[in-house]
Amino acid sequence: MTERRLTVANLHSWYGESHILHGAEFHVNRGEVVTLLGRNGAGKTTTMRALMGVLRKRTGTATLDGHDLLATAPHRIARLGLGYVPEERGIFSSLTVAENLVLPPIVRSGGMNVAQIHDLFPNLKGRDRIIGTRLSGGEQQMLAIARILRTGADFILLDEPTEGLAPVIVEDIARALGTLKSLGLTIILVEQNIRFAVANADRHYVMEQGRIVNEFTNEALKADMSRIDAYLGV
Amino acid sequence: MPDIFGVPVVVLLGQIMLGLINGSFYAVLSLGLAVIFGMLNVINFAHGAFYMFGAFVTWLCLSYLGLNYWASLIVVPVVVGAFGVLVERLALRHLYRIDHLYSLLFTFGLALAMEGLFRYVFGSAGKPYPVPEALTGIFNLGFMILPIYRAWVIVASVTVCLLVWLVIEKTRLGAWLRAATENPSLVTAFGINVPLLLTLTYGFCVGLAGFAGVLAAPIYQVSPGMGSNLIIVVFAVVVIGGLGSIGGSILTGLALGVIEGLTKTFYPSGSTMVIFVVMVLVLIVRPAGLFGRET
Ligand SMILES: Nc1ncnc2c1ncn2[C@@H]1O[C@H](COP(=O)(O)OP(=O)(O)OP(=O)(O)O)[C@@H](O)[C@H]1O
Ligand SMILES: [Mg+2]
Repeated sequence: MTERRLTVANLHSWYGESHILHGAEFHVNRGEVVTLLGRNGAGKTTTMRALMGVLRKRTGTATLDGHDLLATAPHRIARLGLGYVPEERGIFSSLTVAENLVLPPIVRSGGMNVAQIHDLFPNLKGRDRIIGTRLSGGEQQMLAIARILRTGADFILLDEPTEGLAPVIVEDIARALGTLKSLGLTIILVEQNIRFAVANADRHYVMEQGRIVNEFTNEALKADMSRIDAYLGV
Repeated sequence: MPDIFGVPVVVLLGQIMLGLINGSFYAVLSLGLAVIFGMLNVINFAHGAFYMFGAFVTWLCLSYLGLNYWASLIVVPVVVGAFGVLVERLALRHLYRIDHLYSLLFTFGLALAMEGLFRYVFGSAGKPYPVPEALTGIFNLGFMILPIYRAWVIVASVTVCLLVWLVIEKTRLGAWLRAATENPSLVTAFGINVPLLLTLTYGFCVGLAGFAGVLAAPIYQVSPGMGSNLIIVVFAVVVIGGLGSIGGSILTGLALGVIEGLTKTFYPSGSTMVIFVVMVLVLIVRPAGLFGRET
């Protein structure tokens, strides 16, 4: 049975005067991995920032498990179980790896403990005392994901987790994503790497100029990858 | 006793001690300024006025409420800190979004207004405040005579500074503060109430200035101008230590107190400007300050 977790309708959002999202509309069911695909500047990151309340100027509806996200104070959104892994990773340079890892407060029971996190991302083991931003790009990405898994968040927004990473690291991230899925977490994935998206997601939305313009099941996309080419301009 | 460059060692040590006492005040105040600047991006020109406010509340507590020094040590930082919370909530908070200059001008204006108000109500003359009974008397260190109260000021200030430093550098709360300095919106997205954190930080640092005011009451005359005399030097200390460096501002505060004391011994007429000379030199050689991060 599918249970609707997130419903977004008619979502508009602005950076100051510039109107970026123009009525985005999509939904995510429990346990799904759903991607937002689209060209640079389509509004994928903006959608995530609007949902998290990082971007305050927005209208429309966004409901998570019955809670109105747009009416929730930004610091209370994480408590609804929403975990954010931003595009720029957001590892703090004034914090050690260990401090970065335990920075976000626990929001639910059932999060991973540090030992489980080290099993998932062995690269982070034994690195506790170094400054977070001294890690390699891939390791910073792992840390950005790891610190959210610790909080028990069960709905995760992952913004381009493979951007700029070497293929072996991309494999590590894919493996981690598989683990999260098997744990029943719900995930929105923004991804430029279409092969990675097809290998790891259940459903795909295509975004263009702040709107959702198409939707594919993973089977449909797998069967005919060329369907997406027109949108991504490859 | 031997001399050093014609100055008796006893006199020299005495001046170093005096310097350390001034340095204790520099350290407590510049620590607060550095934290406020780091977290809120506000150059808190009212810090000296809050220190003066603390000293006055101490004096008022004794004169009108019969509250002794020890009670003041607890009550005054709370009262002054609560005033700081109000200032942040009612005024500063609305200025974060616009240029730094506005919060600087606001706190500068607030300092002038507070000083003017106290001058109007209490006059310019200094009010004496007795040294608490338990801290009267002297330590005879053999090489010098140290009034117990002055030793207490150094110990209390250094302890408070160390505690604040420990909290900021070593605890989870401190990690939140450091992270919120770097990227407040991400820290908010993790579920931390950053505006509340900012209010409490400002209140705490203002309370710290009030605490310095309590320590100062028995040493310096309690007067409306006591803060503005001090704050200019404290700003120089913060600039020398590096804006935003917590540990740096503590060490620099103490060190510059001592340098000032030494200058008083060897070249008395230079003592009022030596800190500014150091400031200029540091700005030329290391513009980010001794402990600041070069960007
Ligand atoms: N801070 C900002 N201020 C003003 N405009 C912005 C800001 N951030 C993004 N934009 C604009 O919003 C639009 C959407 O940007 P967004 O970052 O959401 O795109 P994206 O789909 O995530 O692209 P990418 O694949 O490059 O990450 C772009 O036109 C961009 O220029
Ligand atoms: Mg993006």
